[in-house]
Amino acid sequence: MAELSKNDEPQVATPNVSDVEIVDAHSDEEAVRAIEAPVERGEPILQVRGLKKHFPLTQGILFKKQIGAVKAVDGISFDLYQGETLGIVGESGCGKSTVAKLLMNLERATAGEIFYKGQDITKLSGRALKAVRRNIQMVFQDPYTSLNPRMTVGDIIGEPFDIHSEVAPKGDRRRRVQELLDVVGLNPEYINRYPHQFSGGQRQRIGIARGLALNPEIIICDEPVSALDVSVQAQVINLMERLQNEFNLSYLFIAHDLSIVRHISDRVGVMYLGAMAEIGTDEQIYDHPTHPYTQALLSAVPVPDPEAREHRDRIILTGDVPSPANPPSGCRFRTRCWKAQDKCAQEIPLLAVPERFKGEDTPAAHESACHFAEERDVVHAA
Amino acid sequence: MSEALTTETALEDKVATEAAPNPSQDRPRSLWSDAWRDLRRNPVFVVSGLLILLLLVIAAVPSLFTSVDPKFADLAHHYLKPPNYSHIGQADWFGYDGQGRSVYSRVLYGARASIIVGVCTTFGVAVLGALVGMFAGYYGGWLDSLLSRLTDVFFGVPLLLGAIVILNAFTHRTVWSVVVAMVLLGWTQIARVMRGSVITVKQQDFVQAARALGAGTGRILFRHILPNAVAPVIVVSTIALGGYIATEATLSYLGIGLPPSAVSWGNDISSGQTVIRTAPHVLFFPSAMLSITVLAFIMLGDAVRDALDPKLR
Amino acid sequence: MTIIEDTSPAPAGADSFSGPLLDVRDLHVEFRTRDGVVRAVNGVNYDVSAGETLAVLGESGSGKSVTAQAIMGILDMPPAVIPQGEIRFRGQDMLKMSADERRRIRGSRIAMIFQDALSSLNPVLSVGYQLGEMFRVHKGMSKKEAKAKSIELMDRVKIPAAAARVNDYPHQFSGGMRQRIMIAMALALEPDLIIADEPTTALDVTVQAQVMDLLAELQREYNMGLILITHDLGVVADVADKIAVMYAGRIVEQAPVHELYKRPAHPYTRGLLDSIPRLDQKGQELYAIKGLPPNLLRIPTGCAFNPRCPKAQDICTQQVPDLLSVTERDGGELPGRSSACHFWKETLHG
Repeated sequence: MAELSKNDEPQVATPNVSDVEIVDAHSDEEAVRAIEAPVERGEPILQVRGLKKHFPLTQGILFKKQIGAVKAVDGISFDLYQGETLGIVGESGCGKSTVAKLLMNLERATAGEIFYKGQDITKLSGRALKAVRRNIQMVFQDPYTSLNPRMTVGDIIGEPFDIHSEVAPKGDRRRRVQELLDVVGLNPEYINRYPHQFSGGQRQRIGIARGLALNPEIIICDEPVSALDVSVQAQVINLMERLQNEFNLSYLFIAHDLSIVRHISDRVGVMYLGAMAEIGTDEQIYDHPTHPYTQALLSAVPVPDPEAREHRDRIILTGDVPSPANPPSGCRFRTRCWKAQDKCAQEIPLLAVPERFKGEDTPAAHESACHFAEERDVVHAA
Repeated sequence: MSEALTTETALEDKVATEAAPNPSQDRPRSLWSDAWRDLRRNPVFVVSGLLILLLLVIAAVPSLFTSVDPKFADLAHHYLKPPNYSHIGQADWFGYDGQGRSVYSRVLYGARASIIVGVCTTFGVAVLGALVGMFAGYYGGWLDSLLSRLTDVFFGVPLLLGAIVILNAFTHRTVWSVVVAMVLLGWTQIARVMRGSVITVKQQDFVQAARALGAGTGRILFRHILPNAVAPVIVVSTIALGGYIATEATLSYLGIGLPPSAVSWGNDISSGQTVIRTAPHVLFFPSAMLSITVLAFIMLGDAVRDALDPKLR
Repeated sequence: MTIIEDTSPAPAGADSFSGPLLDVRDLHVEFRTRDGVVRAVNGVNYDVSAGETLAVLGESGSGKSVTAQAIMGILDMPPAVIPQGEIRFRGQDMLKMSADERRRIRGSRIAMIFQDALSSLNPVLSVGYQLGEMFRVHKGMSKKEAKAKSIELMDRVKIPAAAARVNDYPHQFSGGMRQRIMIAMALALEPDLIIADEPTTALDVTVQAQVMDLLAELQREYNMGLILITHDLGVVADVADKIAVMYAGRIVEQAPVHELYKRPAHPYTRGLLDSIPRLDQKGQELYAIKGLPPNLLRIPTGCAFNPRCPKAQDICTQQVPDLLSVTERDGGELPGRSSACHFWKETLHG
């Protein structure tokens, strides 16, 4: 799916981001019709533009005064194409989970737009929003807290049908729930059991079944396997890949585990402190990273192969991630970057194909937000 | 090959988990139906339930159990202790009080006022407190600030002082005016408990998951948050029930509760306190009934709370 | 420090003992619960010498942490029971010691680092106070001396501006810095052995690398034994000398670190290695170990791994395989290698 991301016309600053065909819906009906229209494989289905989320920091109990803001997400843009998996990686506090919440409309964006088939979902309400909710579903990180402990599995997986009653007639729901259990590899007879009777991996399958119930087009996966044991992770990853083919799903796969993201993703975006540092196909990011943060991140991943490890290029970053309430001026990574110069403190680097690689047919020619982008392979043994 | 592997994994999963403990998989079940099934088998629930049923029947029709008028006084029986073999009759079983009235009959007739006060106050307090706590905890922000300060204000009012003010506003004091006064003064504790427990529950992912599915506020509150937040409210409420019956006695003793002519456990307990050395039975029997009632409700509350937690099955 | 001073903090009798620092023999731990007996550890054997790093690898429920808690003597008993086994520290069985003797060893001779540094530190006391407490309580130092020592230790674990931060509270430090403080606390009394239970799991990868490097460096410097408990095959590859793989409360394979990755001798180890995606190449479908980790209330008979094992035969359901030394195809010795599989030959050489 590499060709998806290669946009031939280098546009203003962000060629990896295609034009949004805004659908002007004047009524709920029109909006719903636009939302229900199918999208061709390889066409953008979700387009995020300049998305920001600032959480205000307040002081005082009765009369609250804003004293600042945590800039959890600070202006990110990307496209998700139909049928692909876009991986988002980053360390804790980089804002990747907030992105998921914003896309799910669980948090209100401070600024920016999220276009789903040309409709800005941050501005939708009523029936149109409900239709969007049906088509964008989520799988949560923690299978122990994401299932209501006081509902049976049948009720948990059947709840989407209660909320969107137009999807399945009442008499048919039980059968649909059992079908879903079967699809995710659980015994359909478990319908009357409670979540605590299942292991972590099985619970995550229940969470996936709930996400599939409404036949969505996009599933946002927020660290779906990080709470699972290694031997069970592979089962769940395989299941997710199978379901993607079977149901023609697009995944936004958010994780901190770089190996898993490489395995499942077609394209990968690297986030640092609320902004996108680098984005490209999995090969471009993993084999030809140009942003120093990506390089450091990749080189720090422990590889289960002591021999390969000894020959690997290792970059050990000093210090910690700065507070998102008070990010550094210019390039956010400069405080930990070994290449930082005066320019980095003054100018915010744009996420764009670096000048030096422009027009060249090299895998290094992908978007990277660094003034001094250069290729460095840190994954493969020298 | 790859497909086969996945299916195999999936099938293996089905086999790997132990067989379902209950083979009756035919009907879809829910928390409430499961809880009910569970309760019916729980001896604690059966015993406390039967006891409460009996108390309710006594409260509704005390004449089924005694033919003696609780207000009939015969000073010849002044503080007569049980058992009194000179007159064998139901009126004698628990002895007589200072005015020569049958304690047995008074205990039965007093059940109505006491149980109405206890049960209705508990119910009112639980509903009002839970609602206030739930909205404060769920919505947060200015509504929470407002409701929490309101709770604090009511919490700060001393019960007796508050009750005197409220009850003096009623010209005709009945059981119901006592209930209203105690609900108005008592809901704050439940509201605090509920608010805390709602705040804990609402942060959990399953609430986010329901919201992501497009669930409305009503569904989130009553299907997801309430069942997971209600357990401490049940415990606190059932324990408080006995306290309400006792408070009614204090209020009546102070002359602002039920009129002294009304038959209630509270009235009898407070009048029995003065003669505890000479005629302990006058205090003992209404107190015992009160304790049994409170115990029955606490046991019921415990059983219900456990039944609503699938992990304990 | 003068030359005459004995720098090694060895207690009396230490010199006379030559053997592994810690030697765990046939350790069993059970939890007696309402639902039955949970057999968390079922006969674990391992040893660590001074200057050596043993990695104990396993998934949740494998018994790796329970073993460590038993060594530290911090298991809640009841519900935990140790029906049999020995934990020899410098040749002495700690399970036979009095509570007082054990307490003296704990903290000063054997120290532990936990996964969650934030909940292991008291939030209302300054970091310097908590570090200094070790010296005041165990060494009877004055407040001033203890504070100076705390700053020295914070320097040791590379906390920038230690003197300025010594009075800060735990929440004022980042996750990586808090884990450094935990390491400093463990080091305070210069123990002979450190047990680190998932020390970097809660940290980000870039910080993980820093903390692991620090731990390895300090271990070399102090010539300590280190038991590293983890579920992450990657972390282990980096620092361990030898690895013990645990499954359902038992060690299923033990090997020097390089050999284990190159040629596993147990199907479970092989499955684990195959099921993790690679960073350096885009893989095909992942190999997945089928089934679920065992329920410790009902551990399968025979080899506990048999329901999930691709090589399982009848014998695997009947007979528990012992942890035995493995050899080359031609009978050549493979020092330090052992496997608890009836079919180790097929696995190792096949």
